[in-house]
Amino acid sequence: MSTPATMMKGFPDKPVKAIVIGASAGGVEALVQLLPALPAGTDVPVLVVLHQPRDRASLLVEIFTPLCALPVREPNDKDPIDPGTIYFAPPDYHMLVDGAGNFALSADEAVNFSRPSIDVLFESAADVYGAGLMAIVLTGANHDGAAGLKAVGDAGGRTIVQQPEGAHAWLMPQSAIGKCPGAQVLGLPEIAEIFRAMGASGNDASRGAGHA
Amino acid sequence: MNDAVSDIELQLLINAIFLKYHYDFRDYAPASLKRRMSTAMSKFGCATLSRLQDRVLHEPEVFSGLMDFLTVQVSEMFRDPIYFRSIRESVVPMLKTYPSLKVWIPGCSAGEEAYSFAILLREEGLLARTLIYATDINAHALSLAEAGVYDIDRISGFSENYLKAGGHGSLSEYYTAAYGRAVLDKSLRKHIVFSDHSLATDSVFAEVQLVSCRNVLIYFNRELQDRAVGLFSDALCRKGFLGIGAKESLRFTAHGAAFDELVRDQRIYQKRFAA
Repeated sequence: MSTPATMMKGFPDKPVKAIVIGASAGGVEALVQLLPALPAGTDVPVLVVLHQPRDRASLLVEIFTPLCALPVREPNDKDPIDPGTIYFAPPDYHMLVDGAGNFALSADEAVNFSRPSIDVLFESAADVYGAGLMAIVLTGANHDGAAGLKAVGDAGGRTIVQQPEGAHAWLMPQSAIGKCPGAQVLGLPEIAEIFRAMGASGNDASRGAGHA
Repeated sequence: MNDAVSDIELQLLINAIFLKYHYDFRDYAPASLKRRMSTAMSKFGCATLSRLQDRVLHEPEVFSGLMDFLTVQVSEMFRDPIYFRSIRESVVPMLKTYPSLKVWIPGCSAGEEAYSFAILLREEGLLARTLIYATDINAHALSLAEAGVYDIDRISGFSENYLKAGGHGSLSEYYTAAYGRAVLDKSLRKHIVFSDHSLATDSVFAEVQLVSCRNVLIYFNRELQDRAVGLFSDALCRKGFLGIGAKESLRFTAHGAAFDELVRDQRIYQKRFAA
């Protein structure tokens, strides 16, 4: 079933059904450059894992809501995944996607010392969205996201990594490239450009499930 | 494990476990179950779920080992301290009006939450008249819970939680440290009944004033969540209390209307009088 990651480059016109993003150290600054670029007409859900302290309430919804054209939420377990919405994984939970297009949260062990873990989100989203998934690994100082990005590539999805040289922390993007050599390596402005085209591209977003 | 074959294999494995061992995981949330089974595959050296199924059917000790993957073992004492502070501030004053109390902790795992409640209730002067039912399907976890012994490395985290939860003294009053272990005070244990109970297949066994079931419902699909919350509702007395996990909600269950929100942020509910 798995396809070599090197064959993953000829995808530009594949309809995107969902976007997943993983970020760690320096992630807020990177996301501030990216998420506001998503236009109001974006018709796919955007699921983000950002590593953060586990013992306080997250301020990400408050930080990003005024900056973004799309609504920003932190989901509860079993919430339907709505298109055109940005979701941040809640602190101290893994955020997964289930086959019915709902969120499935878990309090399982940390993966790569992280809960939420990027690998956990990416692997479950690859399972559900397959070739319709776009996955992006941003700045960070650990190895989370590398195995997940490979799973996305193996399932035929589009894989993107932030250029390690330009990143606040290079290790996480570098690890992702190591595990998934077929990934596109782009700077933040180029990724923002892809986002800006999301609304205008006429992306048909065959989003069967996920409606409230 | 991202292909259609592994979806089939997972269903077969879960059905095999049900038929042979009568543990029912058929209505567990598939996304996290899948992930945990893939970890189990490497632990048991099986390249596919079908091979794992073979071993589970023919080697009962593999099934016992697999139970620790099927059921989630991650907990802490006073996990989410603000929840426990809210129980202290908003629920305890009403619990004090009852002459005797019963508390149910479903999915108690290795007992961390049950002992946390025992300590909290002792500090509030209620433990002497309380019986805590702590239930789980995992026999291994229940035996750990019975023992009430935890790695000393975990204690500093527990102590920090205890203080944030509004603890009256120091957690060290409730355990003895020896040989790298912390042994909890046996007098707490006297008020707890640890027992085998499945939210998927068993029924209500007592009337209780408080159910605290945190981060258990997230592992169930909506149908099983419905069944479990139905059990909680049936077990609770009128005006009884229900606490669930920070990211869990009663929104998708048929029994949501039977409860009022008491402390919204901490997911503490009260059963309606007429329910």
